[in-house]
Amino acid sequence: MSRARRFRLQVFRIAVFVVMGLFFLVPIGSMFEFSTRGNSATAPRNLDAWLNIVKTPELSEAIIASLELAVITTLAMLVLVLPTMVWVRLRFSGLSRVIEFICLIPLTVPAIALVVGMVPIYRWININVNDSILTLAFAYLILVLPYSYRALDAGLSAIDLKTLSEAARSLGAGWATVMLRVVMPNMSTAILNASLLSVALVLGEYTFANLLAYENLQVAIAYVGLVDAGTSIAVAVASLMFAFVLLLILSYLGRRQAPFAPAAAADYDLAQTVGLSGGVIGRAGR
Amino acid sequence: MTGGNGSEATRAAVEVRLEDLRRTYGTTTALDGLTLTLSPGELVALLGPSGCGKTTALRLLAGLEEANGGRVIIAGKDVTNVPANRRDIGMVFQAYSLFPHMTASQNVEFGLQLHRVDQDERRQRAREVLDLVGLAAHANKFAHQMSGGQQQRVALARALAIRPKVLLLDEPLSALDAKVRSRLRDEIRRVQLEVGITTLFVTHDQEEALAIADRVGVMQAGRLEQLGPPTEIYSRPRTPFVAEFVGLSNRMPGEVKFGGVEVRGTQLPLVQKDVPAGPAVALVRPEAVTIAGDGESASGPLVGTVIAVAFLGAVSRVTVDLGDITVLAQLPTSAAADHPAGSRVRLALRPDPVLVETKEATTASA
Ligand SMILES: Nc1ncnc2c1ncn2[C@@H]1O[C@H](COP(=O)(O)OP(=O)(O)OP(=O)(O)O)[C@@H](O)[C@H]1O
Ligand SMILES: [Mg+2]
Repeated sequence: MSRARRFRLQVFRIAVFVVMGLFFLVPIGSMFEFSTRGNSATAPRNLDAWLNIVKTPELSEAIIASLELAVITTLAMLVLVLPTMVWVRLRFSGLSRVIEFICLIPLTVPAIALVVGMVPIYRWININVNDSILTLAFAYLILVLPYSYRALDAGLSAIDLKTLSEAARSLGAGWATVMLRVVMPNMSTAILNASLLSVALVLGEYTFANLLAYENLQVAIAYVGLVDAGTSIAVAVASLMFAFVLLLILSYLGRRQAPFAPAAAADYDLAQTVGLSGGVIGRAGR
Repeated sequence: MTGGNGSEATRAAVEVRLEDLRRTYGTTTALDGLTLTLSPGELVALLGPSGCGKTTALRLLAGLEEANGGRVIIAGKDVTNVPANRRDIGMVFQAYSLFPHMTASQNVEFGLQLHRVDQDERRQRAREVLDLVGLAAHANKFAHQMSGGQQQRVALARALAIRPKVLLLDEPLSALDAKVRSRLRDEIRRVQLEVGITTLFVTHDQEEALAIADRVGVMQAGRLEQLGPPTEIYSRPRTPFVAEFVGLSNRMPGEVKFGGVEVRGTQLPLVQKDVPAGPAVALVRPEAVTIAGDGESASGPLVGTVIAVAFLGAVSRVTVDLGDITVLAQLPTSAAADHPAGSRVRLALRPDPVLVETKEATTASA
C-alpha cells in the first residue's frame, strides 16, 4: 500500500469516527447540559436534577424494577428458548421452520395488540395484572423472543450441534451436561448477544409497562418529565450511560471468555506439562 | 508402568450381538433385519455402498437412534432400551467431533469426569491414551490447532479413555487424505489390538475394510450379504453383489451348462450350486485373466487389442478390447511390458471357480 493511500485511509477513518462520535455525543452532551441548568435563566449551574434521581424514591424504585425485569427476562429467555431450540434442532428438525415462525410473530404484532390480547388470559388465570413483576417479565419474554431467537440461531448454526452432542452423550453425558458443558460454552458469544439484546430491550421498554400500569424505568422517566424536565433528562442520560457501560463490560467479558483464548490455554499448559510420561491404556493399575 | 494387569482391557472384552435389527425412516428401510455377532476383542468392518444402512446399524448399537425392531445385546445384557450415555460405548465420528473449547487432554478428561474418575487418575489416564495414539506432545492444543488426522486420533483417545466395552468407528478416516488415511488406519488397528476391545468399524472403502478387519461384513440394502475374513470375502464371494463390490470383476457373458459356465470357449467351474442352465454373466477377477503373446497370428473369441496399460507398481492392469466387450487383466509389470497399447494379444482364463449372474438371480436380489 502506498504511503498516500494509507494516509487517505487514515483520514477517512478519523473522519468517520468524528462524525459518528458527534452524532452520538452531541445529543447526550446537550441532554447533560440541559439537566444541569438551574431553574431560572439566571440561576447558576447545579446538579440538583441528578441528586433528585436518588432523592425521588419512585425513580430509584423504578430503576431497580427495570434491572430486575431485565435479569428475569434474560434468564427466562435463556432457560426456555435455548434448550427448546437445541431440542428442535436435534430431534424435530422438520419443526424448525414452525418454531422460527412462532418466534418471529411478536415482531409483526403491535405491542398494544399483544397486551390487549394477554389481559384476558391473565384475568382468566386470575393473576392480578398490576402487581406481579412476573407478569411483565412474561410479556417481555414474548417481546424479546424474535431478537434472541435470531442471535441464538446464528450461534447454533455455527457449531456441529449433532456431532458434538452425540460425542458427549457417548462419553456418558446426560442432556443437562450436554447443554451446560458442551453447547453453551461453544456459543457463548451468541448467548451474550441474545442477553444484551434482551437487556437493552427491557431497559428501554415503555409501551407494555405503561399499558399494564407497571412503573418501570421508562414509565417513571415519562412521569417525572411531566413534573421536572431536568430530572427526567438526567435519568435518561444515566440510563443511556448505564446501557453503554453494560455493553462494554459484557463485550469485554465475552472476549475474555471466548473459547480458545490463549490466556486460558496457557494456564492449562502449566498444570499439564508437569511430568509428561508414557503409558498404555489399561495399565493405570489403580 | 505398573505392569501385571496389562490385559485388564483384554479380559474385559465382551461379545456384541445385533439381532434382527430393523429401522425405517418414513418409507425408506434403512435396516432390514440385520443380525451380526462380534466376538470379544474382534474388529469387524461393515462395508457397503452409500445408503446401505451402515451408519444406521452403528447408531442403533450406540443408542443414538431407536430401533423399530430387534435387539442389541452387549456382554449378554439386553441394552436395546438403555440410553446412549449409559451404554458404555466409545465412538469416533466421521465429522470432527472434538469439543472446540477444550484442549486435547481436556477433551479426553471430559468423559473421565463424567465417569467420576478422580483428578489424579484422570490426568494420568489422559496422558496414557494420548501417548497411545502418539499425541502426548499435543495434549494442550485445541482442535483448531491440530491437523485432521491428529483430531481424529484425539477423538480415538477420548473414546478409549473411558474404557468402554465396545468401540464404534464411523468412517473416521474419510475426511483425510490418502496417505494419512492408510497410516492412521494401521494405527487404529494397532491400538485396537493393544487394548483388545471389541470394535465395529464402518467404511465404504473396501481397501480399508480388508486391511484392518478380522472379519468383514458386506451390507446391501439394510441386510448383511456376507460375513467372513477378508481373504474369504475377496476370493470366495458368495453372491454376485459381493464379488462386484469387493475388488474388480470382469462381467463376461457366457452360458451355464454341464455344472459350469462356458465363457468365450473356456469352461469355468461355478461357485454357486444349482444354477439353471442358460445364458448368464460370469464375474471374472482380473488376476484370473492371463495373456499369451501370440495374438498376431491367431484368431478366436479371446483375441483382441490392448487399449490401455495402467501401471500400479509391481503389477499392471491391461485393458483388452475383444470387439464386443473389454476385459481387464492384471499381471506382473514385467510381463505387461511386452504388451504395449495397440498390440494384439490372446487371453486365457484361469479355471478358478466364478460367480454368475443369471436373469432370475438379478431380479430376485433387486
Ligand atoms: N435421519 C434420517 N432421516 C431419514 N432417512 C434417513 C435418516 N438416516 C438415514 N436415512 C436413510 O436410511 C438409509 C441408510 O442410511 P445410512 O446413513 O445408514 O447409510 P450408510 O450406509 O451409512 O451410507 P454412507 O456410506 O453414505 O454413510 C439411507 O437411505 C438414508 O437416506
Ligand atoms: Mg454413513
